[in-house]
Amino acid sequence: MIHSLFLINHSGDIFLEKHWKSVISRSVCDYFFEAREKAVDPENVPPVLQTPHHYLISIYRGKLFFLSVIQTEVAPLFVIEFLHRVADTIQDYFGECSEGIIKDNIVTVYELLEEMLDNGFPLATESNVLKEMIRPPTILRSVVNTLTGSSNVGDTLPTGQLSNVPWRRAGVKYTNNEAYFDVIEEIDAILDKSGTTVFAEIQGVIEACVRLTGMPDLTLSFMNPRLLDDVSFHPCVRFKRWESERVLSFIPPDGNFTLMNYHVSSQNLVAIPVYVKQSISFFETGPCGRLDITIGPKQTMGKTVENMMVTIHMPKAVLNANLTATQGTYTYDLTTKVLVWDIGKLNPQKLPNLRGSLSTQVGVPKPEDNPSLNIDLKIQQLAISGLKVSRLDMYGEKYKPFKGVKYLTKAGKFQVRT
Amino acid sequence: MSTSALYNDQGGAEAAVEAGQESTPTSSGTGAAFGLFSTDFKKNEDLKEMLESNKESLKLEAMKRIVGLIAKGKNSSELFPAVVKNVASKNIELKKLVYVYLVRYAEEQQDLALLSISTFQRALKDPNQFIRASALRVLSSIRVPIIVPIMMLAIKEAAADLSPYVRKTSAHAIQKLYSLDPDQKEQLIEVIEKLLKDKSTLVAGSVVMAFEEVCPDRIDLIHKNYRKLCNLLVDVEEWGQVVIISMLTRYARTQFTSPWTENNEKTFYDSDSEEKKEQTEAKPYIMDPDHRLLLRNTKPLLQSRNTAVVMSVAQLYWHLAPKHEVNIVTKSLVRLLRSHREVQFIVLQNIATMSIQRKGMFEPFMKSFYVRSTDATHIKTLKLEILTNLANEANISTILREFQTYVKSQDKAFAAATIQAIGRCATNISEVTDTCLNGLVLLLSNRDETVVAESVVVIKKLLQTQPTQHSEIIKHMAKLFDNITVPMARASILWLMGEYCERVPKIAPDVLRKMAKTFTAEEDIVKLQIVNLAAKLYLTNSKQTKLLTQYILNLGKYDQNYDIRDRTRFIRQLIVPNEKSGALNKYARRILLAPKPAPVLESAFKDRDRFQLGTLSHSINSKATGYQELSDWPAVAPDQSVRNVEVIEPVRNPSSSHTPYHSFTSYLSNSSALLFLFYSITCIHTMSEAHFAVLVCFSDSDENGNGPVAQASSSSPESSSGSETDSEDDSDSDSLAAQKKKKSDVTTPSFGPVKTYELLHHMTGKGLSAKYHFPRQPCLYEPSMVAVQVILTNSSDHSLEEIHIGERSPAGLNIHCFNTIERLEPEASVTVSMGIDFSDSTQAANFQLCTKENQFSVSIQPAVGELLMPSTMTEQDFTKEQGKLLGMNETSATITMATANTSSQAISKQVLSVANVGVVSSSQNNFHRFAGRTVSSGALVLVSLELKESSSALLTINTEKSVMASMLLRDLKQALTQA
Repeated sequence: MIHSLFLINHSGDIFLEKHWKSVISRSVCDYFFEAREKAVDPENVPPVLQTPHHYLISIYRGKLFFLSVIQTEVAPLFVIEFLHRVADTIQDYFGECSEGIIKDNIVTVYELLEEMLDNGFPLATESNVLKEMIRPPTILRSVVNTLTGSSNVGDTLPTGQLSNVPWRRAGVKYTNNEAYFDVIEEIDAILDKSGTTVFAEIQGVIEACVRLTGMPDLTLSFMNPRLLDDVSFHPCVRFKRWESERVLSFIPPDGNFTLMNYHVSSQNLVAIPVYVKQSISFFETGPCGRLDITIGPKQTMGKTVENMMVTIHMPKAVLNANLTATQGTYTYDLTTKVLVWDIGKLNPQKLPNLRGSLSTQVGVPKPEDNPSLNIDLKIQQLAISGLKVSRLDMYGEKYKPFKGVKYLTKAGKFQVRT
Repeated sequence: MSTSALYNDQGGAEAAVEAGQESTPTSSGTGAAFGLFSTDFKKNEDLKEMLESNKESLKLEAMKRIVGLIAKGKNSSELFPAVVKNVASKNIELKKLVYVYLVRYAEEQQDLALLSISTFQRALKDPNQFIRASALRVLSSIRVPIIVPIMMLAIKEAAADLSPYVRKTSAHAIQKLYSLDPDQKEQLIEVIEKLLKDKSTLVAGSVVMAFEEVCPDRIDLIHKNYRKLCNLLVDVEEWGQVVIISMLTRYARTQFTSPWTENNEKTFYDSDSEEKKEQTEAKPYIMDPDHRLLLRNTKPLLQSRNTAVVMSVAQLYWHLAPKHEVNIVTKSLVRLLRSHREVQFIVLQNIATMSIQRKGMFEPFMKSFYVRSTDATHIKTLKLEILTNLANEANISTILREFQTYVKSQDKAFAAATIQAIGRCATNISEVTDTCLNGLVLLLSNRDETVVAESVVVIKKLLQTQPTQHSEIIKHMAKLFDNITVPMARASILWLMGEYCERVPKIAPDVLRKMAKTFTAEEDIVKLQIVNLAAKLYLTNSKQTKLLTQYILNLGKYDQNYDIRDRTRFIRQLIVPNEKSGALNKYARRILLAPKPAPVLESAFKDRDRFQLGTLSHSINSKATGYQELSDWPAVAPDQSVRNVEVIEPVRNPSSSHTPYHSFTSYLSNSSALLFLFYSITCIHTMSEAHFAVLVCFSDSDENGNGPVAQASSSSPESSSGSETDSEDDSDSDSLAAQKKKKSDVTTPSFGPVKTYELLHHMTGKGLSAKYHFPRQPCLYEPSMVAVQVILTNSSDHSLEEIHIGERSPAGLNIHCFNTIERLEPEASVTVSMGIDFSDSTQAANFQLCTKENQFSVSIQPAVGELLMPSTMTEQDFTKEQGKLLGMNETSATITMATANTSSQAISKQVLSVANVGVVSSSQNNFHRFAGRTVSSGALVLVSLELKESSSALLTINTEKSVMASMLLRDLKQALTQA
C-alpha cells in the first residue's frame, strides 16, 4: 500500500515527508520533478507515474502536490481518494490546506498522518475519530496549552473506532441543539456560440451542520425525491431505507459533513439562469481585437443572481485589454492571460456590459480561435432543480432541536463557447 | 555521553547492563554524524539537554522540535539514546511522539531500540484494549530482525484477543512481520486463517489485506469465509471494502462458471467431441447462488461516497456479472467524473477500456464526456478517446460537430489528438469518410503547423484505405508541400507521392526535382522518403527521373546518417541493373510497389483489457509488481460445497436449497454403502414411506447435505463404517454426520427432520461451540424426558478440559446431564445425549455449560412438536379416543392448503416436520390422522385433517393440554399453508 508521502510546494521544495514503512530517499521525487517540468502547467502532471522501482501517485490541491510512493500493485483510486482525504482532514483541522498552515502545525499534521495510516493501510480516516485522538487547535486551547503545558493529544481513547457508528464520537453535549442543511446545486453547462445549450445538467450536494446532544437518529424526507437520479451517501445513511421509502435515515456525525451527493435526472430540462451575448474578434489588419459582452437574466425563478463573474482565458497573443465595464470591475493578468470580470449582483433593468479593445502582439498572426467564457454565479434561496426538503424528524433524543434548510444554486462548470 | 547513566534513571538494572555494553559503538557513530552535521550539532545539543531535564513541558517541546525535524527529512538519529528513555513516559502526547521517533529510527539504531521492547511487552498485557493495540502497532513497526520471535508471539496472542480492535491491529502486524522476515510465512498463514474466521467487521478488511499481501494464492482459506465476507461487506469500513471486493473478484473467477452465455457457446463449438457438446447443451447456465450473493451484496456500494469503492464495485460487475447487468454501474462511474481531477483521470481510463467493448453502456451519457476548455490536457485526451469509441452511425454527426470545436482549441496538442480522432471515426464509419476527408483537407490550410502536420499524417492513412478516388487531394497536398515544415508531414506527403505516383504522373517528378535541391537540408525521415520516392519513380518513369534519382542516390551515399547510407546502397542495388545485381533486380518493381495494407486506426486502449480494471497495472498499461492475474472462468465449476459452513444460518436463502439436493444425489450414485442403507430402510417399511422419509430428510437438512445419512443409518448401525469411509472426500461436515450416526442406536426409526439449533457460538464460548437437535427418540434415562443430543466442538487452538453442566434454572428443572468430558482436543467434536423434562411446556431450559476455566449460560427452547412422541393406534381407536376429547379439549381451524401440500405424502411430511407424531393409517382419502402423546404426562394428542373442496381443510386437534393444542395448531397451520 502507501509507502511514503511527500508534500511538495509550488516551487518544487519538499517540505514534509512521512514514511510508513522503511525510509525511501527523497531523490525518488526527481522523476516527479521531471514530469512536472514537462507538463508546464501543474494541472497537467499525470497522476500516476512509473519509475524503475516505484510508482508515484500524486494529487494537486491548493497549490500543493501530495506525492505518494507505492511499491506494489494497488488500486490507484484507493491512493488518490486517500490523499484527498488527507487534504480534507488538514482543511478541516486548520481551516485551509496550504503550505504555510502545514508548516505552522507540522507536528500535528505529522501526528495525524501517523494515525491515518498503519503500515500504509488506512486506519482512522473519520474526522470524528481523529478529533478524539488529536484535538484541532483553537485559539483558546493554544493559550491554555502554553499556560498549563497541556497538549492537543486527547487523553481519552478513541471509542468511536469500536462502535458500530464509527463516524460519530460518543458523549456529545450541546446547550444549543441545532441541525442545519444546505442544499447546494450546481449547473454544469456548455452553451455554444448562438446561446443554445449543448449540454446541461444539475449536480447537487447536501451539506449538513449537525450539533446535537447524544445519539440522535434523524430522518430527512423530500417533497419530490423522484427528481434524484443518481445518489451517493455518507456512510451513515441507511441505504435500505432509501431504496424502499426514499427517505434519508441516519445517525449523523458530529459537526460538518456532506450528507449526500445527487444528480438530477436528465429528463428534466435544466433552467439556464442567464444568457450571454458576446462577440470577441481579432482583426486581420493591425494588432488589435474587439470584445463586447452583455449578460442578462433568463430563467431565474424571480430570484436575484449574485456574485456574477466571467473568466476568460485569452489566447497567448493578447498583450493587453483596454475595456470599460458598465458594472463591476475587470482585471487582466498579463502573465497568465486571464481576464476576470467581477460583476456582482445582476440588475435586470440595467444589463451589465463589458466592451473595448484588445491589443495583440505585433507580427504574430491573429489568434484563430476565440476563447470560451467561464461563468460564475450564485442564486440564494433557490434549488434550480426544484428539489425541496419536506421535513426533518428526530428520534432517540427528547429535546427539540433548531432545524433549518437553506437552498443555493451555483454555476458549476458553466462554459460559453465563442 | 554516558548512556548507561541515562538508563539507570529508569531503574532497570538489566537495561543498564545492556546499555553499558552498547554505548561505545553508538557514541563513535554519533560522533561521525556530528562531524557531518556540524550546524545541527549545537541545535541538537540543546534538544538533548531539554530531553534530559525533569520538566515535562521542556521534554515535550524538545520532542515536538525533533518530530518537526523528522517531518522535514532532517537527520536527528544521534538523539536516539536521549529520546528512547522517555518511552515509558506517563504523558500521552510525549509518549506518542517518542513512538513516532522510535519507529523512524529503530532500524538504524537496532541495539538501542531493543531497550524499549520490554515497555511494549508490558503494555501488551494492559487491560485497556487501546494500549494493547498501540503497543502492538509500535512493536511491529520497529523493523529490527532480532525481535521477530517476540513479534510472532505478540501477533498470535493478539489474534486471539477479545477486543476486535486489537485483532485488527494484529492483522496489520502480520504484513509488517512478513515484510521483515518472509520465512515466517507458514506461521503467519495460520494466524490469517484464524482471523479470516473472525466475524467482526473491524477485522475483515485488515485480515483480507494481510491475506493479499502474504498468501494471495491460498484461495482455499477463503471458501469457508466467502459467504460471511459477502454478508459483512456493507458494514466494513470503506478501505476494507475495496480490498475485500478486489479479492472476491479474483476468487469468483476461479470458483464460478462464466455467466456470459455467448462465451459458453464458443467453448463448446471449439471442442470437437460430441459428448461435451451434448453436455453443455443439456445444462443451461444457472448462476451459482454464491455468485449471485456477491453481486447482490456489492450493488449498494455503488452509492458509496468513496470513489475507490465505487470503482472496485464497477470492476467487479465488469468482470463477474452477466453482460446485461453490467449497465447498472454506468451511472455511478459517470458520477465520479464530477470528482477531483485525478479521480477523473483514472475513471476515464477505465471507461475508455470499457467503451471499446461495450459502446452501449456509455452512449446515453455521451455528453458527459464533452470536453471543457478548462480540463487538463490528459483529461481532454481521454474524453476524446471515449467519444471516438462511442461514435457510431447514429451519433457521428453530433460527435463530428463537437470535434470541430476541439480542432480550434488553443491547446494544440489536444487539437492534434482531435484530428487523429476524426481519422479514426472516418475509418470506422464508412458513411462519413468523405466528409471527414474534406474537413481534414480544409485543415491543411490551417495556420498552425502541428494541426497541418497531423492532418497530413491522418489523410495519408485515410487515403491508403481508398486511394483510387483521391488524386485531387494528393495534388492539393503537393501544392501545399512548400509551406509545410514539420518533418513527419513532409515525409508523409512524399510517401503518398511515391506510392501513388502513377496517379499524379506530372507532379511527382517535379516534386522530386525540388527535393533534390533541398535534400541535404532535410531531416532524416524526410531524406529516407526522398530516396523512396526516387526509387519508385525510377521504376515507373525512368525516362524523366533517371538522372535525378542517380543524383539523389549519390547524395545519400555520402550522408552523415548511416541509415540513409544503408538505404541508398540497398536501393541502388535493387533498382539499377548491373552485372553484380542478382535475381532481386527482376522483382524490384514488385517489391517496392507492392500493394500495402492500410493501417488500422485503433484505440490506444485496445489491449488494456488484459489487465483487471481499476488496477495500477491497468493505469500504467504494464504489469506492476505484485499484480495478480485474473484467471479465466473455469469450464466446470469446482465443488460448491466447500463454501458450506457448519453453522446453520437462521435466515435461509431460498434459492440455495438445491445445493444439498445435488450433494445428496451424488451420494446416492457414489456410495454403494448408502444404497445399501437406503434399501435397508425399504425392507423395514413400505417403499412409499421410505421414499418420503428421504425426501423429508434432504429438504430439511439445509446446507448440510448429510442429514439423510445420519437418519438412514439409524436403522442399521452395522453399516455405518462403510458410509463413513465413503464420505471422506466430501466436506468437513461429514465428521459431524459420522458422529450423528454413532449415537442414533435406538430401535424405533424416526423419519422426522433434523433441525439443528445453536446452543453456544464459538465466539461467545471462547472456542467452545455447541449445537443441539432433537433425535425424536424415547429418552433412555427417564421416560418423562425429551432426548436432546448436543454436539460439542472445540474451535479454539488449545484443548478444553472438564466440560460439564453447571447450574440450571428454573431450579426444579429435571435434567439428565451427560458425563463430564475430561478433555476435548482442538478441532475435535463429541456428541453427548441429555434428557430434559420440560413438563410439557415450551418454557426454555436454562443451564450453564462449563469448562475448566469458563462458564457459559445457554438455553434450550423446544418447539411444541418436540414435546410429543408418536403413538400407534388403529383408525377405530383414534375415533374412539377422539370422541372422549371433545368440547373444551378440541381445537380446530379451517385452513387453506398450499397447492404443493395436497398429496397425502406431502401432508404427512409437513405434519411430521412440525410434530413428532405417528401416522394413523386411514381408510378415507380425504382424512389424515396423526396420534401422539406428550412426553412428560403421556396425555394423548390427536391431530386430524379433513380435506375439503378447493384446497381448504379442517384441522382439528384433540387433547386435554389446551395450551399445547393451540400452539401446535399454529405451527401446523403455518407448515401446511406455506408452499
